[in-house]
Amino acid sequence: MERNLTHIALFAALIAVLGLIPKIDLISGVPITAQSLGIMLCGTVLGAKRGFLAVLLFVALVAAGLPLLSGGRGGIGLFVGPSAGYLIGFPFAAFVAGLVVERWPVRVSVAALAGSILGGIVVLYAFGIPGMALTLGKSLPEAALLATPFLAGDLIKAGLAALITQAIAQARPGALLSRTAPRGAVK
Amino acid sequence: MLTLTSPVRTWAHSVSAWVKLATLCVWTLVLMRLEGVWLLGAALLVLGLAASGGRGFLRHWLAMLRPVWPFAVLVVLWQIWLGNIWAAWPILARLGAAVGLANAVTMTTELAEILALLTRLARPLARFGLKPQVLALSVALVIRFVPVMLLRYAQITMAFAARSPRRAGWRILMPVLLATLDDADRVAEALRARGGAG
Repeated sequence: MERNLTHIALFAALIAVLGLIPKIDLISGVPITAQSLGIMLCGTVLGAKRGFLAVLLFVALVAAGLPLLSGGRGGIGLFVGPSAGYLIGFPFAAFVAGLVVERWPVRVSVAALAGSILGGIVVLYAFGIPGMALTLGKSLPEAALLATPFLAGDLIKAGLAALITQAIAQARPGALLSRTAPRGAVK
Repeated sequence: MLTLTSPVRTWAHSVSAWVKLATLCVWTLVLMRLEGVWLLGAALLVLGLAASGGRGFLRHWLAMLRPVWPFAVLVVLWQIWLGNIWAAWPILARLGAAVGLANAVTMTTELAEILALLTRLARPLARFGLKPQVLALSVALVIRFVPVMLLRYAQITMAFAARSPRRAGWRILMPVLLATLDDADRVAEALRARGGAG
């Protein structure tokens, strides 16, 4: 129970850290934040329920006013602004990513890649695009157009999430709670 | 820990967080309906509220709006491209009035007060096994783990730089994660030794 708790807190902190480290150039020149990589990893490593809780914890702290989002952003203003949909979708993205890794009994790297794409891209965009459409007064297709420049970066991040999940599975198999913990146990 | 609460005390600091959040919810819903001159008035009202906190507060408030600027520029460019630049201002006024008031609430509410409010709101979740004390502990753990992880990142980056002329890049994430996973395990052991997490 304590271990689940500390791992959930650790991965919530990981999302924050990925936004605070400016030096990680995923691909040089393109300023993409690595925070959605953290969301994907929460799901693929912790599993659906715990990943959901970890990201929810992170989002709650952002709402409370800690400047944990990339660029030192935070506060309730984000939840009524253009990125509101993404913030609300974050926990669900992690949940779906975790669900795929838990339920699809293939190699960890394959399941993590599929989960990251389905959760961290499909589900996340499904929340983020309507959010942008609503706050910017655009139609859904127009808002979807605004999101497409980030697609390439997010696909790279899904690949990285798969590699990192695989590395954790090899080096610390016990920490891969999405595969080792008894299903349905939160704490 | 760095927070976004304004160091400049204003009258709004002494208003209860519940009142401020409820006002914000109503405000955001009302904004969705407003049109025309009313919308402009709403945006000016929020600006006036921010200005009532004094010059230092106003400057901080304007700086907090910075993340919205790229979107504002985008909306204006989009409307120019559509050939109707005047259609941009209601969108911008609505966005500015919503984000502006929400930022003002964040800036005038202590972190402890908001966390207390969140804990209160999460109380019904106790039925599903999420006890309030576990929530409080996990908040403390996240706030502690952020600097721990940054420290591990700095250490491993230095170790890499001492051995290679190349930049570490994303590869550094794996050892950082493995090291901090071990840290998290040790914290879990310590919690268990002290009688568990509640």
